[in-house]
Formats: sequence, structure tokens, C-alpha cells
Amino acid sequence: MDNDEFVISMLVNNEAGVLTRVSGLFARRGFNIDSLSVGVTEQAGLSRITITAHGDDYIKDQIIKQLAKLQDVKVVKLMPFNNSVMRELLLIKVQADRDTRSSLLEAASVFRAKIVDLKSDSVTLEITGERSKCEAFVEYLRPYGIVELCRTGLTAISRGLKPLKDSKSFEEESSVKE
Amino acid sequence: MKIKGAELIIRTLISEGVDCVFGYPGGAVLNIYDELYKFSAQIKHIATCHEQGAAHAADGYARASGKVGVVIATSGPGATNLVTGIANAYLDSVPLVAITGNVACSFIGKDSFQEVDITGVTMPITKHNYIVKDVNRLGDVIHQAFAIARSGRPGPVLIDIPKDVQQSECEYVEYSHQPAPVATNGRSTLRKAAELISACERPYIYVGGGIINSNATEELLEFADLIDAPIGSSMMGLAAVPHDHPRFLGMTGMHGKYAASQILAESDLLIAVGTRFSDRATGNKAEFIKGKKVIHIDIDPSEISKNIPAYVALLGNVKTVLQQLMAELEQRRRPAWRQALQAIKDSPDSRLEMPPGQLNPETVIKAVRRHASDNTVVCTDVGQHQMWTAQYYNFSQPRTFITSGGLGTMGFGMGAAIGACFGTGRRKTILFTSDGSFHMNMNELATAVSNQLPLVIVLLNNNALGMVRQWQTMFFEQRYSNTSLARRTDYVRLAEAMGAVGFKVDALSQLETILDKAFAEKGPVLIEVTIDQDAKVLPMIPPNGTIRDIILKA
Repeated sequence: MDNDEFVISMLVNNEAGVLTRVSGLFARRGFNIDSLSVGVTEQAGLSRITITAHGDDYIKDQIIKQLAKLQDVKVVKLMPFNNSVMRELLLIKVQADRDTRSSLLEAASVFRAKIVDLKSDSVTLEITGERSKCEAFVEYLRPYGIVELCRTGLTAISRGLKPLKDSKSFEEESSVKE
Repeated sequence: MKIKGAELIIRTLISEGVDCVFGYPGGAVLNIYDELYKFSAQIKHIATCHEQGAAHAADGYARASGKVGVVIATSGPGATNLVTGIANAYLDSVPLVAITGNVACSFIGKDSFQEVDITGVTMPITKHNYIVKDVNRLGDVIHQAFAIARSGRPGPVLIDIPKDVQQSECEYVEYSHQPAPVATNGRSTLRKAAELISACERPYIYVGGGIINSNATEELLEFADLIDAPIGSSMMGLAAVPHDHPRFLGMTGMHGKYAASQILAESDLLIAVGTRFSDRATGNKAEFIKGKKVIHIDIDPSEISKNIPAYVALLGNVKTVLQQLMAELEQRRRPAWRQALQAIKDSPDSRLEMPPGQLNPETVIKAVRRHASDNTVVCTDVGQHQMWTAQYYNFSQPRTFITSGGLGTMGFGMGAAIGACFGTGRRKTILFTSDGSFHMNMNELATAVSNQLPLVIVLLNNNALGMVRQWQTMFFEQRYSNTSLARRTDYVRLAEAMGAVGFKVDALSQLETILDKAFAEKGPVLIEVTIDQDAKVLPMIPPNGTIRDIILKA
């Protein structure tokens, strides 16, 4: 994982156009999105968006402040790597014949991946985990011949009881730079 | 009570305190205009010549009155014609609610006649926007739109309302206002700011439009006295402090006063209040903050450290924050700093004067100033005349200088001046414009005539696009590409043909008499003043430059 990478979680109104507002903001301010995942939450009317991006402290600060200004964004928070659970789901289809199949199945077991489809000439695997684990798995499978792969993008949740919706709203804070 | 969506729109506007709206009728807003007809005793509608003029008028109205400006346009081209006006309000933080009609919901997404996705188009230039497809949400959305437009850092909000929603019935409920929450600053942050102020030797207060938006002139002057600091302003903050106030240095930045920029450069603590550090104001950002710390006071958290890193940031309405900060401070006297800045103010470089005794921008603008009152609203278009107005017109009161700062919209002036006239209860209003800018939206002179507005338009005619020409002279070896336009417009006859009064001034000797006549007119007057094609806006700090690069003489 690059050391200038960061993960932002936010709660947004579940309304048409909200994703456009979020992604449009990244585009016009010149920030890049590395991955993005969206889904409904335990609260009706609210969706949760997780974005991974990279950049220096200035970019990180601006992204969060500009996101906080969007009316449809209710909470936005930087997820600390050391105090969050971050997961991604990967589906990968690999060429497999009689000679390679058993070693592939062995690798799946070591990586705790699941076989979701098995044909005479291919095997499709599903793996969930931190990004580094998914990447290690992809690298391991590369010599077998990757036909295609897809990833969901990272999603993240904080450790401990406190939910994202109880996070302090960004706008209440003043700051002193030391 | 069951009413139609269109009637609900008008009733809701009235409940928000709106008594004047600008716009242009069309197919997708016929129902709204029908209700405007019925409610004409409570709400006045000004029909302009073009929707862009209506958007600028709502902007000028808002800046002059401090209220939310409202503009209405039909779908498709009506809506897209608002775009420049909305962007202009967005860049200058002006509270605006734009209401557009759209085709009926069942026609949306079919490329129907006069259909455009205006919420998609305006997403980057509004604080927020809505398309309302359910009439039962309409009332709430309009109230939310007003709350968003005027709260925090003000800005434009667009509401797109399909035709069938305007025609559907719904229940009307009176709405009760809830005050918006206010950001608070921790005592420790205020103390930290107070410590910096006490510890510094050469403080400088740099103010922007936030002082005007939060009506904080009194607190600002009290604060400056308390810490014994001079005040400089951005263009948007220009009228916040009376021009002759002993602490006021004038405008800083690209075309600011030498003393205002030089003293800023020599300060060791910059207290920025209600400003966003535009590149036109700062020049080279690294040099701008060399040798100084910055305390940034603003209502918009995203402005903190966006353009200039803040050492201490204080968030909230600047009026409140200044009060909080003053409670932490004691009276200071800084005789050494005062002496140093007096020396800069007295230096010959601080004098920016055009030759007296001839017809030039300075003599014209100062003569117009003598004919105006302290509370006369002055609007401008964009270009050299705008900078000259900022430099030579001595402003005395907030909300009397209405100009397109962030977006730099040529053609802003006519609409803005019309809006300002209505925003001040038809007080005499001045528009400084130029041959370039005036040609962009001169159609709105017809609107001024229809409404018999007491508008004095002073058109500085140099037969060129002067600001671009100035850059071509200074940075492009006098290659005047497309800036000498050889227009043959006869402005006096044009004014007369449109029903206004026209005058032409070719010599300084004519100026006073013509201004006397012009200011005595009840309706709109256009005065064309011939000026030298090579008159320059000086001083000038070139783009991304510093005070050391300042050009003082042509």
C-alpha cells in the first residue's frame, strides 16, 4: 500500500445524483479516486460511500473539507489504518487444466479463497481481505494465466462501538497548526 | 388547503420575504407566471431581455439589499442562459435562488423540446441544486434552498421544477423558520490567536467580502483599534471600510495600492478576515506569506489552508468571531509599526495619479463620485474601468460597490445595476462600463427603460478591449490580436433609440455640465466618455509576482 494512500468513509443521503455530486467534486478539483464502493446502511435513507485516494496532506485536507460542504454528505471521516477494519472482495478467473488444477486448489486453501466456479479449462476464485492479501493472491496466480479479474473496491468500518454517524461533524472544529 | 404546485411556489417565496423577482417567461414556467399575475400585488416580477441579465439582476439585488435574490427561467435555453449568472454568484458568494421549469416528468430523459439537464449542468456552480419530481416535497425544498443560499458562506441554489409538478395539487402548510446552527470556536484556539496577536510586532488585517456579508464593519474597526493594526482589503472587501478611515490602506493585489501591498509584505502577522486569498489578490503565494504567520477567520472551513496555509484558523460568522477574539485581547500600541507604515504611505510610490486637467479615467470617476451620495450604489462591468473604479472611486459604505470579482464576468454590469436599483428601493444607481463589456449585454438598457430606473451609465470608451490590450502591450510585444474592434456604435443615438437619454463627453470642460444634466434625469442615462486607448491600470503586480515586481509607471 502506498504511504500517501488514505481511506475516507462518508454517510450520504440515498438520493438520485449523490454519487455524481461526489465523483464530480473529485473530477473538478483534480483529485483522483483509486477505488469507490457504495451501499445501503442500517439507516433508511442513508448510504455509505468508501473512497480510497492518494495525495499529500494538502489534498487529503481539501478532499475532506470539500466533501463536507456537499449538502447530501452527512458525515465524512478519514479512516485510520490502525483502528479500522478494511476489506475488499476479489473475483478472479484463471486458466486451469488437469495438470494445474490441484495446485490451484491448494493455493486457494492457503489463501482462504473460495472456488465459485469450476470448468474443465478454468477455475474462478473468490477472496476477501485486506488489499495487500488480495494483491498477493493475484501475483501468486499470475503464472497460471489470469483470464479476468474484478474487485469491489475497499470498504471499511471502525473498530470498537462508536459508529460513523456519531463522529464529530467536521465543521465544528477550529484548528491550530503547531 | 389544497393548492397547485405553481401557487405553492409563489406563496412559499412570499413567506421567505421575497417581494421582487427577476426572470423571463416561457413554456415550462407558464403556470408559475400565471400565479405571478395573480399575486402581482405582493410580488413584483421584472422581465429582462435575456435570462443572463435576469440572473445578474438577482445577483445585484442580493448584493445591494443583503436579501436572497430570486431568478426564474424556463427550461432548456432559458435555464442554460442562467449559467453564467449562477457561476458569477457562486464565485462571489452571493445568495441566489434560481427557479427553472422543466418538461413534464414523463418527458424527462427523452431529449424533449427545450429539455436540458440543468441540475447536471449547474452542479459544480451551485451550493446545492434540486429537481423536484414530487409536488409534496416542493415547499420543503424551496425553504431548504433559501436556508442553504443564505446560511454559512452564501451562494446560489437552483431548483428545477417539471411542468407537471407545477400543475399538480398538494397541501399547503405554513412554514416556521428555524435558526441555522452557528460554528463555535474553542477558547484555546481563540487564546492561541490572541497570543499570536500580542506577540507580533507588525500585524496587518486583510479583509474580504465576508465583512460585508456578515455586516461586521463596526467590529472590524474596533478590532483594528484594539490591536493597533492597519487594514487592507481584497476587491470584494473594498467598500467594507470607509476610504478615508485612517487605518485603511486600500485594496491590495494585482492592481491594488502600493502602500497596501508593501505594508502587507512587511508585516509579521496577517489576520485574514472573510477572504479566500484569490490569486489576483496574493500573486506569488510562497512570497506572499514569507516571514509571516497567518490567522485565518472565515465561515467556510474548506477555505482554511486551501490557498494560503493558516497557522491558526477561526471558523464562523466573522462578526461573532471578531467579538470573541476581542474578549481575549488587551489594548496595544505599536508606535514603531505605525511610524514604519506612515513612511511607506508617504513615499512617492504610493501616489497613483493620472495627469490632472485632462479627460482620463481618474478625473471622470472622481467627478462622478462628487455627484453621488455616500450610499449611492456603484456597479461595474469587467476590465480596466472596473479596476479604475476600485482605485479612484472613494467608497464610504458597505454594499455600495457591486462588481464581478471571482468570475470576472464581462456583461455583468447592466443586469447587476438593474437589480441594485430594485434592491435599494429605486435609489440612484451608477454603472461604470466600457465599450467592450457594454456590447455584451446592452440589451438590458431596454429593461432599465421599461422600468424607468434612475440609472446613470458611464461608458469609458477607449475603442478597444483595454485590459487585454494592456496585457498585449506589456507581455505580447504590442501584438493587438482582436482587441481593436473598430466598432461604429453611436452610443447617444443607441440610447435614444432604446428610449434612454444619451450624452457624449469628448473634453474635460464638458464633463461637469453633462454630469449635472445626467444626474438630474429620472430615467436611465448613458454617458459615453472618450478616453485614451493606451491608458493603463497601474500599479500592476504581474501574475504570480510579488511587490518587488510592481510596475508603477507606464
